[in-house]
Amino acid sequence: MEKASNVDQLIEQFKTLPGGLLPLLHAVKHELGCVPDSVVGPIGKGFNLSRAEVHGVISFYHDFNTHPVGHHTVQICRAEACQSMGSRHIESHAKQSLGIDYGETTADGLITLEPVYCLGNCACSPSVRIDDDIHARVDQTRFDQLITELTTPNSETSGVSS
Amino acid sequence: MRMQIFIPQDTTALALGADKVSSLVAKGAESRGLHADIIRNGSRGMFWLEPLVEVQTKSGRIAFGPVNTSDVDSVLDALQASLDGKVLIDHALYLGEVKQIEYLAKQQRLTFKRSGIADPACITSYQRLQGFVGLTKALSMTGQDIVDELKNSGLRGRGGAAFPAGIKWQTVLDTAGEQKYIVCNADEGDSGTFADRLLMESDPYQLIEGMTIAGLAVGANQGYIYLRSEYPVAHKILNIAIERATDAGFLGANVCNSGKDFFLEVRLGAGAYICGEETSLLESLEGKRGMVRAKPPLPAIEGLFGKPTVVNNVLTLGAVASILEQGSDIYKNFGMGRSRGTLAVQLAGNVKRGGLIELAFGVTLREVVEDFGCGTLSGRPIRAIQMGGPLGAFLPKSQWDTPLDYEAFSAIKAMIGHGGIVVFDDTVDMAAQARFAMEFCVIESCGKCTPCRIGSVRGVEVIDRIVANEDRDNNLILLHDLCDTMELGSLCAMGGMTPFPVRSALTYFEEDFGISSRGDH
Ligand SMILES: Cc1cc2nc3c(=O)[nH]c(=O)nc-3n(C[C@H](O)[C@H](O)[C@H](O)COP(=O)(O)O)c2cc1C
Ligand code: SF4
Ligand code: FES
Repeated sequence: MEKASNVDQLIEQFKTLPGGLLPLLHAVKHELGCVPDSVVGPIGKGFNLSRAEVHGVISFYHDFNTHPVGHHTVQICRAEACQSMGSRHIESHAKQSLGIDYGETTADGLITLEPVYCLGNCACSPSVRIDDDIHARVDQTRFDQLITELTTPNSETSGVSS
Repeated sequence: MRMQIFIPQDTTALALGADKVSSLVAKGAESRGLHADIIRNGSRGMFWLEPLVEVQTKSGRIAFGPVNTSDVDSVLDALQASLDGKVLIDHALYLGEVKQIEYLAKQQRLTFKRSGIADPACITSYQRLQGFVGLTKALSMTGQDIVDELKNSGLRGRGGAAFPAGIKWQTVLDTAGEQKYIVCNADEGDSGTFADRLLMESDPYQLIEGMTIAGLAVGANQGYIYLRSEYPVAHKILNIAIERATDAGFLGANVCNSGKDFFLEVRLGAGAYICGEETSLLESLEGKRGMVRAKPPLPAIEGLFGKPTVVNNVLTLGAVASILEQGSDIYKNFGMGRSRGTLAVQLAGNVKRGGLIELAFGVTLREVVEDFGCGTLSGRPIRAIQMGGPLGAFLPKSQWDTPLDYEAFSAIKAMIGHGGIVVFDDTVDMAAQARFAMEFCVIESCGKCTPCRIGSVRGVEVIDRIVANEDRDNNLILLHDLCDTMELGSLCAMGGMTPFPVRSALTYFEEDFGISSRGDH
């Protein structure tokens, strides 16, 4: 209930901004963790667009997931520079050790795994992004370490040196 | 005087643990009684040395790197010993004076001359380092004078297409309109590229200055930076810089009391590679699906919201600020042929010394990869180099003596693009790379034209059949036909150039497709 009214507020806030739909969708995702179908109608009304148009925009962009994701989002870079440093191994290791495929969330709801195409860290690949933090030169050991830090809260000191 | 210690805050330094290093340095300095200020600077772009810890001394700025958390104590000890007595610094990570580090000393830095020197968000540091000099000059010039200066510099767009920037600006200047826009393309989607990110994270005011100059030149009062969402650090720094530049009167209403306005805003992309293509980007900025528009009309005439719009890459706009500051004659003295000025080469992938290397056009690929890169990180021989991002060709050894020059690269069916170089060692499977090129096109196609949308799906299947040796000869013919169709029938370079990496892999590395063992199985 409260969340719905927040979305209404966001729509009010962004509907007069030129080209405001993308900033709104980012804000909705920030607020709700995803862009659910339930917001399509209200956004359409606010922006004077059809449901199909709003849906079309949401579905065009990789960032706008329509279903909730895990507590943390782990993105593995699949692009060429990271490939040259063995990211394909990290990918298969990640899928296997987490027991999920891209686009899926671990059963405990902690981690969603996603592909990403370049994080601009290509001189020190392979790269992995966890939420807003990017990690360089990630091998299997480092990946496991990063995941352990997510699963054991307050492990500030565990990640010394890489 | 307090000691000044610099620890970078750019994405790569952070990704290598710069925050932890910084807090340990702070603690360690305090416990040793060193009175030190820690400044979070931008990166010099020597990423193989990150985290690079620099210290301002009487005799210059010295550096240690790469400094991991476990090195902090010994670095501080060495530093302290050299301060107390007259001993020289003795440490395995000691690099001497930063300016003298060969990797940096050999470069010709124009656009990146300030990168890594100061706190990127500090506007007084920017001004101390000749920042806003170009803007001040531009304020005393007519729009036409500014455009002429840019034309004289020979600057070509650094986003990939290498279109002369001055000509684009002239079109926008000449098109009548109450409302015009400056759009900065900061979508930097190519793998192996990070120069836009580095400029935004290490010297954001230079981009702001370049965009403001563009606004003055063509008569636009609103600018947008379309930034990819994969760059959270750049996003934060840009927003701080815009706020401070506005507070200091360099942006917003009445820029530097000139009576002219220039407002600037960052807009985030949403994870679509195609939104780096300028018309797709404009659609996205308008809040729509990022579908590529047919040209004409040119964005310079009917761009954002149908208004005349300059769309330029981050590095193009960054170069504008230094061209106005130093004069176009100096800029155009660098380079070869029709490629004037400097290229921000980004050395990435399996390379020992990856980083940002700004050099005049004309240096060869081999010189960059061997002299700067020092070979692969794995220590194995280099087998292939992909230049120019996911739409660029894979080049074998025989092509590495090509000079970095737009025309020389197109002559070998390759491209410089945004300047990214990705190095692969001899473990690379080139059939897998060709397959990935098609797969990437499947994932990122905007879907407007069939050769790109469907052709890429078929491309993946055909490559799979070739590798599996299912009717290989006929499937090879089919793959070439498919590439022809994509090249000829696509609206933009996404579908039109995906064949480049595919065909170069086939031409130069046919053994990876099983071709030399034709009919064996
Ligand atoms: C598929 C595709 C992706 C592109 N991606 C980018 C990009 O990420 N950044 C960029 O500046 N230009 C990119 N471009 C080039 C732009 O369309 C355009 O040429 C450029 O923004 C113009 O600025 P410039 O003249 O300063 O280079 C891309 C082009 C295509 C076809
Ligand atoms: S070539 Fe591909 S990306 Fe470009 S307009 Fe056509 S479908 Fe869209
Ligand atoms: S290719 Fe992975 S960070 Fe650029």
